[in-house]
Amino acid sequence: MTDSAVTNILVAGIGGQGVMTAADILATTALAMGLDVKKTEVAGMAQRGGVVTSHVRFGEKVLSPSIPPGEAEILLAFEPAEALRWSSHLKQGGLAMVNTFAQEPPVVSIGLFDYPDDPMGQLAELPLEVHHYDAGHAAIELGDRRLINSIMLGAIADHLPFSADVLLDCLLQRFQRKGEKLVALNREAFELGQHAFS
Amino acid sequence: MNAVNPVTVAQRQFISGNEAVAQAARDAGCRVAAAYPGTPSTEILEYVANYPELYSEWSINEKVSLEVAIGASMSGSRALCAMKHVGLNVASDALMTQTLIGAVGGLVIIVADDVGLSSSQNEQDSRYWGRFAHLPVLEPSDAQDAYDMTRAAFDISEQFEVPVIVRLTTRICHVKGVVEAREATEAPQVGGFQKDPARFVMVPGNARHRIPMMMERDNVLRDFAEQTELNRIDPGSNTSMGVITSGAAYFHVREAFPDIPVFKLGFSHPAPVERIREFAASVDQLVVVEEVEPLLETELKAAGITLQGKELLPKVGELTPSVLRPKLAGMLGEALQDAELIPTTEVFPRPPTMCVACPHLGIYYCLSHLRNTIISGDIGCYTLGAGHPWNALDTCISMGASLSTAVGLDKGRAPGDEKKSVIAVIGDSTFLHMGMQGLLDITYNQANVTVLLLDNRAVGMTGGQDAPSSGLNLHGEETSQVDFRKLCEALGVKSERITEVNPYELPTLFKALRTETKIAEPSVIITNQPCVLTERYSKLPPMTVEADKCTGCSNCLDVGCPAILVERRETVVKPNGREKELSFVKIDTAACTGCDLCTNTCAPDAIVPALNVNAINAVEVK
Ligand SMILES: Cc1ncc(C[n+]2csc(CCOP(=O)(O)OP(=O)(O)O)c2C)c(N)n1
Ligand code: SF4
Ligand code: SF4
Ligand code: SF4
Repeated sequence: MTDSAVTNILVAGIGGQGVMTAADILATTALAMGLDVKKTEVAGMAQRGGVVTSHVRFGEKVLSPSIPPGEAEILLAFEPAEALRWSSHLKQGGLAMVNTFAQEPPVVSIGLFDYPDDPMGQLAELPLEVHHYDAGHAAIELGDRRLINSIMLGAIADHLPFSADVLLDCLLQRFQRKGEKLVALNREAFELGQHAFS
Repeated sequence: MNAVNPVTVAQRQFISGNEAVAQAARDAGCRVAAAYPGTPSTEILEYVANYPELYSEWSINEKVSLEVAIGASMSGSRALCAMKHVGLNVASDALMTQTLIGAVGGLVIIVADDVGLSSSQNEQDSRYWGRFAHLPVLEPSDAQDAYDMTRAAFDISEQFEVPVIVRLTTRICHVKGVVEAREATEAPQVGGFQKDPARFVMVPGNARHRIPMMMERDNVLRDFAEQTELNRIDPGSNTSMGVITSGAAYFHVREAFPDIPVFKLGFSHPAPVERIREFAASVDQLVVVEEVEPLLETELKAAGITLQGKELLPKVGELTPSVLRPKLAGMLGEALQDAELIPTTEVFPRPPTMCVACPHLGIYYCLSHLRNTIISGDIGCYTLGAGHPWNALDTCISMGASLSTAVGLDKGRAPGDEKKSVIAVIGDSTFLHMGMQGLLDITYNQANVTVLLLDNRAVGMTGGQDAPSSGLNLHGEETSQVDFRKLCEALGVKSERITEVNPYELPTLFKALRTETKIAEPSVIITNQPCVLTERYSKLPPMTVEADKCTGCSNCLDVGCPAILVERRETVVKPNGREKELSFVKIDTAACTGCDLCTNTCAPDAIVPALNVNAINAVEVK
């Protein structure tokens, strides 16, 4: 029933990981392509270690801002357990790009709840196309945890209705004023994301 | 008169509903904007603050913000106040009488309902206030609407001399969409304050004359609702069902049922009953889709229109396409096509936590170790003290309630509760918002309450905004900073019963709490360290755990700092035969800010400064 011309991307992760920035860059890229776009922002308490998601929808005309469960084409998951939590938002055969770097919340750490034993294994059993990579470690190795963002954007760059270059341009524009070094670093992260996910 | 900045016409911007409201206020020539922060409306004033052409302020509470706006309107200026839903309850005393006075300069009240309870203590439907106070209610459906309707609200307010409520919801405030701004209004003439006691001085003799005028205004507004383009019908090919809807639900309906006719109410109160009656005749069945209570539904049914609403739909939460489809597909005779859904997987929760090194952590560590307490709580980051690992907050109702409720908890003690210490916990911003009166009640009536005033110099909960406790205004400019010690003294607390403490010094904290809870007099303990989200906070080098010294006692975990993580658990059998759980910990050095709080809790001194931070970052962080 949804307008098939609308692309639905769910970006999910944890407060502080840059989920919102990634979603914003996707949205502004779509906007630059002349599309109609809606994007949900984080509300209140979610920032402090809580789950953060952003629904990004773009196409000829976007109506509701929220992606109904079962209708997302792409899930960009910044954490494996979050990938599992939000997997049911994908449609059959949907694409999940997962950062395998796990982050346990305190409730797990102190033993009140269990972290799933094998989240990637569980995801693999679902009727989805799952690609994964340890973007967390890669970002630390590149020198800054915040580069996860650019790696993850690179991961979906070749799966969008516009070219990877436009997305990369939009991403790099954010760093233009912060100097060549940061631009180069984010480009490197983006390109790593484009090729590293298996 | 300030000049209004012209905006480029037909500029495509990608902004949230909150930013759209701010821009619209500027473009409408609004001159005064006031608000108290509250999710989801907080950002409105933060955006307005970027426009030097209008005066804007953080007010002390929502009632004050409305009254500031009322004053500006009385002097002929266009004025706006913005608040979250519960804020309008606080402001309602002014609202219920201002409606008799009406508006001179356009007076717009933005109220944001937290439909879906993302970050609030209740989920109330603020559209009721429009009914109660005889005020028009506009309901934007997205950011573009938020822009257009805020601008329209100023015009309507002046045309009918009435304050106008613009009702937003979380889905409007916090969704970005494409917005085209229009040319700014020619700066409206500001008439200046004209003395008019018969209108502005609401004593019974004057108010009596204003009531019939208000009733007459209702009729005029009803006629306006029938004509305004803010209400419109989207035609549809499938007339077996028609829907009347407003706000965020409009787009959900359009998405779920693209082919049906939809009556979109932008000006939803008073409702255009006659146009709806005509619409009803054009469809086989009619449904009202409104978030959240059946307001329109009840009114339209009373007008004799046959329709359905909450018989079919939930009275809580958002009415998203996935809620609407299964409930309404039957009315269209459609079998609900069960798309093969991916099964949901249960995963542990990730509740919000206090920040690493939050100055509230030490307080809750102490409170969780005190026995025989009744802890009367309030609203702010410290409400999280009700959760794990502290479980040290027993009530949370409304802003300021901790202190007054504590009076009742003290005076209403049941036999057997005499020995319990009644403690009230309140933040600086909440204290100034609505807590001072409660403290005065405590001293006036000599209640045996120990007050913990957590002064972190910020409104932490909503993102670290400034407040009179920070000494900075909305624009970050220096202004008078409240002196809590003097304030508490002025409110009747004896000077020797006021203690200032550093919340990172656990022994001092324990001592102050033990002393003050023992003395049967009103007392206040004031903390003095800033919220870590603000610039006032300075980080120190991080700590780490020396694995060979850690005994797994798990004491430091009771601090609740999210930088302390369990590395390994072990069950050991003690000499007495009992089993004991041990938790060996590590510290996330990239997150730890070296506040030193947890070191106080570690008997074997296993927590020590981390030396080679960079090397540790790469390996230890998880
Ligand atoms: C009437 C009302 N207005 C606004 C809010 C939103 N709100 C929740 S807590 C809070 C203030 C928190 O500040 P403070 O008391 O200083 O505590 P902190 O979060 O800094 O610990 C606000 C504005 C609310 N819940 N109720
Ligand atoms: S925002 Fe400030 S007050 Fe709130 S939890 Fe974080 S540090 Fe504490
Ligand atoms: S308090 Fe010290 S010994 Fe006990 S778990 Fe923490 S670090 Fe280990
Ligand atoms: S010193 Fe301890 S309590 Fe303070 S931030 Fe570091 S881990 Fe948290």
